[in-house]
Amino acid sequence: MTSDSVIEIPGIERRHQRRRLQLIEVGVVALVALILIFLMPAVLPSVRLNQMGRFLALAIAALGIDLIWGYTGLLSLGHGIFFALGGYALAMHLQLAPIETGGLPEFMNLYGVTELPWFWKLFDSFGFAAVAVILIPGLIGAILGYLVFRNRIRGVYFSILTQAATIVFFNFFNGQQKLFNGTNGLTNYKTLLGAVVNAPQTQFVFYTLTVLFLAATYGLCRWLTQGRFGNLLIAIRDDESRVRFTGYNPTGFKVLVFAISAGLAGLAGALFTLQTGIISPKAMDIAFSIEMVIWVAVGGRASLVGAILGALVVNFAKSLLSEQFPEIWLFFQGALFLIVVTVLPDGVVGWMRSQGIERLTSLERPKPVLTYPSLEEDPEVQRERENLGARD
Amino acid sequence: MNGKILETENVTVSFDGFKALNNLNFSMDAGELRVVIGPNGAGKTTFLDVITGKVQPTQGRVLFKGRNVRRLSEEKIALLGIGRKFQTPRVYLNLTVRENLELACNRRKDVFSTLFGRPPASERSTVAGLLETIGLTLKANFPAALLSHGEKQRLEIGMLVAQSPDLLLVDEPVAGLTDEETENIGELLLALAESHSILVIEHDMEFVRQIARKVTVLHEGSVLCEGSIEEVQNDPRVIEVYLGETLATADQ
Repeated sequence: MTSDSVIEIPGIERRHQRRRLQLIEVGVVALVALILIFLMPAVLPSVRLNQMGRFLALAIAALGIDLIWGYTGLLSLGHGIFFALGGYALAMHLQLAPIETGGLPEFMNLYGVTELPWFWKLFDSFGFAAVAVILIPGLIGAILGYLVFRNRIRGVYFSILTQAATIVFFNFFNGQQKLFNGTNGLTNYKTLLGAVVNAPQTQFVFYTLTVLFLAATYGLCRWLTQGRFGNLLIAIRDDESRVRFTGYNPTGFKVLVFAISAGLAGLAGALFTLQTGIISPKAMDIAFSIEMVIWVAVGGRASLVGAILGALVVNFAKSLLSEQFPEIWLFFQGALFLIVVTVLPDGVVGWMRSQGIERLTSLERPKPVLTYPSLEEDPEVQRERENLGARD
Repeated sequence: MNGKILETENVTVSFDGFKALNNLNFSMDAGELRVVIGPNGAGKTTFLDVITGKVQPTQGRVLFKGRNVRRLSEEKIALLGIGRKFQTPRVYLNLTVRENLELACNRRKDVFSTLFGRPPASERSTVAGLLETIGLTLKANFPAALLSHGEKQRLEIGMLVAQSPDLLLVDEPVAGLTDEETENIGELLLALAESHSILVIEHDMEFVRQIARKVTVLHEGSVLCEGSIEEVQNDPRVIEVYLGETLATADQ
């Protein structure tokens, strides 16, 4: 009988099928990246292209949030810390790059600093700064995560702790005028590796890099969220104590994912800083950290494409709306959040997955009547139906 | 090892002075299928909590294969070879039946093997065999959320076995099941008892009669009596704790 083979596809064939799907996905990602790199500059005016670049950088941070929140179920309201740390790491190098070794950044002269602080010296090397962009947020994330997760702090307590951490970091960077120029942040970048930062060609290189990093990040997240590791993250999200009784210690998994997510926020912060030309403690504002969560909520938790789309759509809406009606944006953002929470709890992509496609296609043709959806999908029922049909 | 898989010595657990377990002495042999019964509040679930490390005993100790499990975390105890099934089926609803079993079946449960390792062929065939045993082969690629209550119970028992524990702790496996499903679970447990030690906590006396060889009655946190199902049912003390209240109210 063929009914078994329909359900139990032989291993080799299944592997081939998976391989084919993987190739298709790689192709689609490459195509989107090529469109972004080659077509967009021709279509969009340069202001919008610069915005696009910045929002794509934010999408990298959104992917990180999706890993830790959408898949692992830990709502972090402090990713602004990691974003800003990545931005500061690169900005410190940008401050030092144009001046000769041992010289001081402009703002330090203003505050009467006479010698470069020791840790600033490290950032004189581009290699160090580039690695620090990901490693410093990642390490801080790992330490913070270890302390929190080892003590089994979860849920809303975890969220509150991340917010408290945000305030600590904000106050520190805001208050250290001699070290980090306080409220003003680090700005006025001139050169990076000999290239003029604000030149259009350099900005285009940054844009291209952002697209490539976003594609790579998507690949990384895709790899992490599939297979046993990805399933385990979902298991931790859905029932952590069950995971323990199965013999896994969730702490290590959560620390790793939190650190990766922090590192991604750092990378996003650095790319964002390059394209906006400033990093200030404002990025550690709690409101910004919550905004990041809203992007993912709008796009769809536990959907990587959703996180990227959410970041792009919300940010473009923000810039378009606040250009037209500067006072209205915050109301709109609040309304958006309410709509997502009440009507679209799984975000736009989640809605499309569950019922959106059906709704849209049913606009054209009458909807098939499914009285008992779970029964319709039951292979035993289907087999019975087929066998009955064969007998007639 | 003296052939005992599980022993508790004078275990007391008190929550703010209330003794959920009171000087509990219990032991069971390797390979045994034991049923623990007792009225509500007798401490049955706390008993499992103490064995699996969820609750630390205030006094006394729990020995698994002669080893004291005090201060070990839940996952370490699970890795020693104790699997626990909860009262309400707890499976991962967003994963498919197969993925649920694969997670439990994974032999190397540290972060890096889970991330980089590929499940060996032996694990895949174990999973296929288990699907057969619990009768869910046809639904292997369904999300567990679509299963019926009884199927979830069977899946959770399957996940337990996938861990290949030496001792299975099963908490009220037939609560809320139809008679037919109850009998299914009973047969499944009897089949598993051939290669595992199993401790079942149950209320349903019909079911207890189906599977029980030796029954332990808990009352107010300690063992009231122990014996075959007939002995236990005819024990006047058991009748009193189970029926005493109803008789008293009936008299009035």
